[in-house]
Amino acid sequence: MKISKEEVGYVADLARLSFDEAQTEKLQGDLSAVLDYVAALEKLDTTDVKPTEHVLELVNVLRPDVVGETLPIDKVLANAPEAENNAFRVPRVVE
Amino acid sequence: MEYDIVIGMEIHAELATKSKIFCSCPTEFGADENTHACPVCLGMPGVLPVLNEKVVEYAAMAGLALNCKIANFSKMDRKNYFYPDLPKAYQTSQFDLPICTGGTVTIDTPDGKKDVGITRIHIEEDAGKLIHEGGGGTLVDVNRCGVPLIEIVTEPDLTNAEDARIFAEKIRDTLEYTGVSDCKMQEGSIRFDVNLSVKPKGSTELGTRTEMKNLNSFRALMRAVQYESKRQIIELKKGNRIIQETRKWDDAKGVSSSMRSKEEAHDYRYFPEPDLVPIVLSDERIEEIRSTLPELPEAKRLRYVNDFGLPEYDAEVLTAKKALSDFFEESVALIDEPKMISNWLMVEIPPLLKEHELTAEEIPFTPASLAELIGLIQDGTISGKIAKSVLADMFEAPEKAPKTIVDEKGLAQMNDSGELEAIIEKIVDENPKSVEDIAGGNKKAYGFLTGQVMKATKGKANPQEANKIIREKVQAKIDS
Amino acid sequence: MKDLANKTVTELHALMAAGDTTPSEITKAVAVRIAEEEPVVEAYVTTLVDQAEEEASACDARVKEHGLAGTLDAIPYALKDNMCTDGILTTCSSKILSNFKPPYNCTVYNRLEDKGGILIGKTNMDEFAMGSSCETSALRRTTNPWNPEYVPGGSSGGSAAAVASGMAPYALGSDTGGSIRQPAALCGVVGMKPTYGLVSRYGLVAFASSLDQIGTFTKDVEDCAVVMDAIVGHDAKDSTSVPEQHIDMLTGLKSGVKGMKIGISQAFMGEGLQDEIRKSLDEAIRVYTELGAEIVDVDFTMLDYALPAYYLIASAEASSNLARYDGVRYGVRAEDYDGLVDMYVKSRSEGFGDEVKRRIMLGTYALSAGYYDAYYKKAMKVRTLIIQEYKKVYQSCDLLLTPTTATTSFKFGERTANPLEMYLSDLYTVPVNIAGIPAVSIPAGLDAKGLPIGLQLAGPAFSEDTILKAAWAYEDQTRYTDLRAPLQKK
Repeated sequence: MKISKEEVGYVADLARLSFDEAQTEKLQGDLSAVLDYVAALEKLDTTDVKPTEHVLELVNVLRPDVVGETLPIDKVLANAPEAENNAFRVPRVVE
Repeated sequence: MEYDIVIGMEIHAELATKSKIFCSCPTEFGADENTHACPVCLGMPGVLPVLNEKVVEYAAMAGLALNCKIANFSKMDRKNYFYPDLPKAYQTSQFDLPICTGGTVTIDTPDGKKDVGITRIHIEEDAGKLIHEGGGGTLVDVNRCGVPLIEIVTEPDLTNAEDARIFAEKIRDTLEYTGVSDCKMQEGSIRFDVNLSVKPKGSTELGTRTEMKNLNSFRALMRAVQYESKRQIIELKKGNRIIQETRKWDDAKGVSSSMRSKEEAHDYRYFPEPDLVPIVLSDERIEEIRSTLPELPEAKRLRYVNDFGLPEYDAEVLTAKKALSDFFEESVALIDEPKMISNWLMVEIPPLLKEHELTAEEIPFTPASLAELIGLIQDGTISGKIAKSVLADMFEAPEKAPKTIVDEKGLAQMNDSGELEAIIEKIVDENPKSVEDIAGGNKKAYGFLTGQVMKATKGKANPQEANKIIREKVQAKIDS
Repeated sequence: MKDLANKTVTELHALMAAGDTTPSEITKAVAVRIAEEEPVVEAYVTTLVDQAEEEASACDARVKEHGLAGTLDAIPYALKDNMCTDGILTTCSSKILSNFKPPYNCTVYNRLEDKGGILIGKTNMDEFAMGSSCETSALRRTTNPWNPEYVPGGSSGGSAAAVASGMAPYALGSDTGGSIRQPAALCGVVGMKPTYGLVSRYGLVAFASSLDQIGTFTKDVEDCAVVMDAIVGHDAKDSTSVPEQHIDMLTGLKSGVKGMKIGISQAFMGEGLQDEIRKSLDEAIRVYTELGAEIVDVDFTMLDYALPAYYLIASAEASSNLARYDGVRYGVRAEDYDGLVDMYVKSRSEGFGDEVKRRIMLGTYALSAGYYDAYYKKAMKVRTLIIQEYKKVYQSCDLLLTPTTATTSFKFGERTANPLEMYLSDLYTVPVNIAGIPAVSIPAGLDAKGLPIGLQLAGPAFSEDTILKAAWAYEDQTRYTDLRAPLQKK
C-alpha cells in the first residue's frame, strides 16, 4: 500500500509535525513499507475475536475522593519555557 | 413555507467531588492560577491517572435521575487533540461504551407534557482556562484541568427556544437536587451546547445543523436558539445552503457568528485509555446507588400535596429549588404548620431576599429561626404584622433569635387585659362620636376604634383580645 | 585488589556484611570504573558520582553501627533515563526533554531508596525507548562494552552497557517490545521483563502504556531475583498495577529444574537465526535434559503476526502519549515561531528525532478516521489470538525457551537505513509484551566475534519464580554469567 503525499500531510497536521519535500518522500516510502509489512495481519480471520484492551483482568481501580497535596507554584512552573503571572505563556490563542 | 426547528443539546456539568477526576488536587473554584495542580493534572511525563470513585457514583446517579440505563461495563477512552488548555493533548473521556444510555426526561411546556430522549451520559475531564492577555500572548491556568464532568447528550427532540430553556432548567434542577453538581452557572459548572437545524414543516429529512457551544445562562440559551433558527430559516428562504459548523454566540450583541478558525478537521483518533481499567457496575451496585438518590422534585411535589396538604401551586414553587424545599422541610420538622411556613417562604421572604440581593440558597437565618418566628405568632406573643417586621430584622441580624429581637425591641403583644382595658377605656371615652355611630348601627366605627388602640399600643395589642374589650366597653357606654 | 566493580550485588553484600569492604569503597570502585570506561561506552546521560559518593560515606557510619538493612543496602545502581527523578535530569535521550527536571519521583526509585540503594546515574537509551540499538538517542552514542564498534542494543542499551562494563552493579530498564532482553542479550548480562502490572509504571515516561514494563539488568540470576523482589508490588498510583500478589523468587531459586517442562518451538528457529545462537540453544536443551527437565516441542503459530501487531499498537499508543510534548509546560520550545500552531509544529519537529516522528506518524495514521478498525482494532484482536496461543503453549509446558535475538550485536549504522530491518531485531521478544507475560534473557556464551549470545525463557503470567529457577540452573551449569566484558583500560 502506497501512502500519498497528501496523506502524509494530513497525518502530520494531526500530529503537529512538519516535513519538507525530501522528508515527506522518505516517510511515504517508510510508512508504506511498514503498512505492507503489517498487512500480514489481514491473513488472520478475526471476525469473532474480541479485541484485547488490557492484558490484566483488573476492573474498578478507583481512588477515594480525598483532597491531597498540590505542587508548589514554583515547581509547577519550574520547567516552563515561558511563564508570566504564575501561568504558562503561549502565543496568542485565536478563538 | 413554514419550518420545523430541531434541537438537540449537549450539557456539560461539573461533578461535585472534592478532588479531581484522576488526582487528589482540589476542585474548588476561584483559587489562584495554577495552585490546584500536581504532576498528574499537569500532564507531566510518566504520570498515571487513577479514577475517583465518586465520579463513577455521581455519573450513575445522574443517569438514574434521568431514567437512563446504567452500563454494567463501561470504559474510558482518549480523545486526541492539541490545545493549550489540554495538558496531555488528549481528553480522557468515554467513546463507545458510556456509563449511561437511553434515558427520558418529561418536561412541562405551555403546550403540555413532552418527552426528551437522553442519548447518553458519559464521564470526562474538564480542560484548563486560557487567559487572554493584551500583549499578544495567552496564559494557561490548569486549575480546572481534570475537574470531573459529565456530558449529557440528548436526542434532537426539542422544537423551540422555550422548551429548550425548560428542559435545560429541568436538567439543572435534577443535577442540583441529586447533589451530583452544584450547577453554579456563573462559575461555569454547567454549560449548554445546542445543535440546531431547521426543515420544511412535516418533512422527515433533517436539515444541516450548526452547533453553538458553552451557552452559560438560560437567557443566552433561549436567545441563541431564537436567533439561530431565524437565521437558518432566512438563509433557506433566500435559497442558500446551511453550512455545518460551530458558531459562536455573542450574548452582548445577540448574534451568532461562524468560527472559521475552528473548522479544521476533527479527527480525534479515539482509542481505549490503556492507563485506566474498565468500570464494572453490577445490578446490585446500581441498585445500591439508586437507593442513595434523594427524592426528585416530582415525587416531592406529590408528597407536599398529599402529606402536608399544600396547594399544587405551593408544592411546585417550594420544590423547584432544592434549597427552598430543604428549608421548608427542616422548618416543618420543627413546627407542624406547613401552610404557614409555605406562605412565609413564598410570600414574605422572597421580596426581602431580593432587597438584600440574595438567592433562595442564601436565606441568611436558619429554618429553626423561621420555626421560632411562626411559634411566636402561634402562641400569641406577636401578631402577624409584627412578625413581618421581626423578619426584616432577621435579615439584618440573622444570628439573633426572633425571640431575642422581640424582647430587645419590646414587641411582645399586650396580653395583660388590665393595662389594655385601661387604654381602651380611655380611647372609648375620648371618642363618643364612634360610640354614637355604633349605637346608631354603623359597625364600621369599631374598625376606627381598633385602629386607635393599635396606634396607642404601637401594634402590640393582641387584636382578638382588643376587639373583645372594645365591644365590652362600647356596650357598657351605650348601656350607661 | 578486590575488583569490586566486577562483583555481583550478592557478592558485594556479602563482602560488606563480612566487614571486608565498605559502602564508600564500593561506590568509589564504581566511580573509578565510570571514569575509565564511560568515555568510550557512553552508557550514561547523567552521572551522579559526587552525590553517590557522599551518600555512600553517610552509609559507612550507619552500616557500621546498625549493619545492613538488606541485600541492596548501600549498593549503587543506575536508572534508565525515562524514569523520573525529582530534581534530576530525565531526558528520555530526547532533545525535547533535554532540560527536563521532574518535580516528582517514579515509584521504583522510591522502592530502591527505601532499600538503601544509591543512584549513581541515569542511562542512555533510544529516544523515548523507540529503537533497538541506542542509535536513536539524541544525546549519547552508547557502545557495546564487548566491542565499541558494535551497538549495545536498545532501547535500554545504556543500562545494559553500564552493568556489562561494571559501571553499575545493577540497573533498571523498561521493556516495551524487548528493550530490556535484547540489549541484555547483546551485552551479555541478565535482563528480565516481569509480568505486566507487577512493577509500577508510575513515573516511567510512557512509550506504549499497554506494553511498557520496568525490569532489571544484573550480572547474574541471583541478583536478578534480588532486584526484582525489591521493585515488585502494588502501587495505588498505577491503575494497571496488580493487587498484592506475592511471588517468592528467592527461596526456591536454587532448587533445580527436575520435572520441569521446557518448551521448544521451531517457529523461533527460522532462517536468519545465527548458527552460533542455534548451537547455544541446542546446548541449553542438553543442559536442561541433563538436569532432569523435560523438553517438549510446542507449536507457536503466531510469531509472524506478533511484530506487525506490536508496531501498530505501540505506535498508536505512542502517538497519543507523546502528544503532550508541545513546548507549553516543560521541555524545549522552538525559538522562532509564528503563532500557536507553528510553535507546536516547530517545537515537536525540531525536538523529536526521525524514528520517533516515524512512529508518531504511523500511530496517528493507524488511529485516524477510517483506519482505526483496519489497523488498531485489528491489531488488538490479533493480540487476543496471541494471548490464546500462549495459554495453549503453557498447557503443555512450564516455560518456553527461545533465542532472545536472531543475531548477536551489529555494527553502528548497519540497520539504520531500513526501519523494518531494525524492527526485526525484536522479533523474538515482542510476543511476550503483547501477552503481558514475564521473560528473562540470560547470557549463553560468545559467538566467534566475541559478542554475547542471549537465550530467553518466558513463562505464563506471574511465573517469575519458575523462570528464575530455570535460569539459575542453566547459569549454575554453564557459568556464562562469570564472563566479563574486556575493559578499555587494561
